Amino acid sequence: MFIVVTTMDSGESQVSEYQNRRWMNIRKLLERSGPFCHPDFEPSAEILDFIMNSCKVLVVGAGGLGCELLKDLALMGFKKIHIVDMDTIELSNLNRQFLFRKNDIGLSKAKCAVEFVNKRIPGCEAVAHHCTIQSLDEGFYRQFHIIVCGLDSIVARRWLNGMLVSLLEYNDDRSLDQSSVIPMVDGGTEGFKGNARVILPGMSACIECTLDLYPPQKTYPLCTIANTPRLPEHCIEYVKVIQWAKENPWGSGTALDGDDPQHVAWVYEKAQERAMKHGIANVTYRLTQGVLKNIIPAVASTNAAIAAACATEVFKLASSCCVNMNNYMILNMADGVYTYTFSAEKRQDCIACSNTPHVMEIESNATLQVIYDKLCEDQGYMMKSPGITTVINGRNKTLYMSSIKSIEERTRDNLKKKVTEMGLYNGADILVADVTTPSTITIKLKLIENEDVEMSR
Amino acid sequence: MIKLFSLKQQKKDEEGSARAGGSQKKASAAQLRITKDLNELNLPKTCSTEFPDPDDLLNFKLIICPDEGFYRGGRFVFSFKVGPNYPHEPPKVKCETAVYHPNIDLEGNVCLNILREDWKPVLTVNSIVYGLQYLFLEPNPEDPLNKEAADELQSNRRLFEQHVQRAMRGGYVGSSYFERCLK
Ligand SMILES: [Zn+2]
Repeated sequence: MFIVVTTMDSGESQVSEYQNRRWMNIRKLLERSGPFCHPDFEPSAEILDFIMNSCKVLVVGAGGLGCELLKDLALMGFKKIHIVDMDTIELSNLNRQFLFRKNDIGLSKAKCAVEFVNKRIPGCEAVAHHCTIQSLDEGFYRQFHIIVCGLDSIVARRWLNGMLVSLLEYNDDRSLDQSSVIPMVDGGTEGFKGNARVILPGMSACIECTLDLYPPQKTYPLCTIANTPRLPEHCIEYVKVIQWAKENPWGSGTALDGDDPQHVAWVYEKAQERAMKHGIANVTYRLTQGVLKNIIPAVASTNAAIAAACATEVFKLASSCCVNMNNYMILNMADGVYTYTFSAEKRQDCIACSNTPHVMEIESNATLQVIYDKLCEDQGYMMKSPGITTVINGRNKTLYMSSIKSIEERTRDNLKKKVTEMGLYNGADILVADVTTPSTITIKLKLIENEDVEMSR
Repeated sequence: MIKLFSLKQQKKDEEGSARAGGSQKKASAAQLRITKDLNELNLPKTCSTEFPDPDDLLNFKLIICPDEGFYRGGRFVFSFKVGPNYPHEPPKVKCETAVYHPNIDLEGNVCLNILREDWKPVLTVNSIVYGLQYLFLEPNPEDPLNKEAADELQSNRRLFEQHVQRAMRGGYVGSSYFERCLK
């Protein structure tokens, strides 16, 4: 698309002419119907207004995918974009994280990315958060219409997934309140391979539903690395897993840090010695770093393709102009180009999204025993040996667990205590595991005033 | 597909700040899963668990007292550390008791496939317990971590048995000292 700035009579019409041309292509999608539109789609000029002025999108990660995503979304017309990343810019990022320059090394990725995009794209009001995703609370995440992730960590994805599932609200008949759903568009790349997916928490497969789809970290059998090493990686793994703990070069208790050049150098030297002994070639400093940090080389074009797919899905979600991908796309460019989309299935026993909260009513002065008995005897539960835990002030607490002897002995007294004595309150969640349920379930306590108390008042 | 963004949703802003704060922190997926695993732990009679802190289900010990095989009469303690990426990643398991065993080295590393390369999220703590128990019944000289012990088991079963006994009673095997671990 190119923009012709024509000389007009007044400045005002010049702006609108420019605006018209700038969004011309997007307006074609939003202001008229077409054969590929979603059946419920109603073309209107208000949709572009929504995208530009109301729709809040959170981009998680400002690395290889994050730079692409931020650029794509801003050029599509999204203005209210937030981006979160705790990392700072390193020299090795600059080949593909194109919003950063050499002078930015050491600065916050989120801040630099936002500064660049706001300056480059008129009207964009992106906001940076230089922190971990875990340091932002429910209220923060709840403000967004859509969350799009470009992360390289499974732990971070799982955390975010858990957060979005916890924001779901259910009606009294336990049906999902759809207005509490915040869609998550997730992109991931590894070398020439990538995937993009759309998750509607509570409605379609979530991260935990498909945990087996993530390739496990590359590991080698311990006995192979200990006795019959054949690859340079085996030698490095040996030093990492066995020799480090044995020799404790920085004193016992110092964990091996793949970011510490001295640690890497030590591992490199020892791995070389071991390789020599077993006649193995090609232990290099770079490989050592790669094995220690589990680095897979990033490819700029993979990031660009996956980010484009994700940004397109965000656009579809925001506008309803087209049906979303259903729901998991894989891209493999390692050997030609291969791509495939399939529908990942929501698991009925998913630890996260199948866990719709049950509500249990008990009197406000009830003991834990009352809850335990209800779990075993009430028609709705009929459990065999429920293990009951909760989270109080961010700390896990085991209330009662009969199946493990040592825990049973130490939590037995809790049964006699009032639930309020143990820090539970009206609306608090307890977590219950039992053989009769496919995964741990959440039960919301509803404390009702005891009638005797009412009468004595 | 749901029309999440019928334009009514514009009130997000006010909503966001109004409802923030004051709610209970949620348990992590790893925590929910380990609770389930432990509640359903079906220990063989030779095994027991110990939880130094009953509120911390992510760190515990497994004690195995084999009642047959080379290691009969011994008491072996394993530490389990369950990380935030459980069950995508297996728990970290170490043997805290010095043992003369082909698949366990003197630092407590254990060569059991499901603890590393063959771990899958469908496996549970129970699977590991059975795997470890099996190591004591059928030490596997094909996957050696203690090479001396493995070679000996293959070449001279009787000598291997004597060395296992000596180690369990407390004493030296070769240049390595073993603390007594008989029940
Ligand atoms: Zn799920």
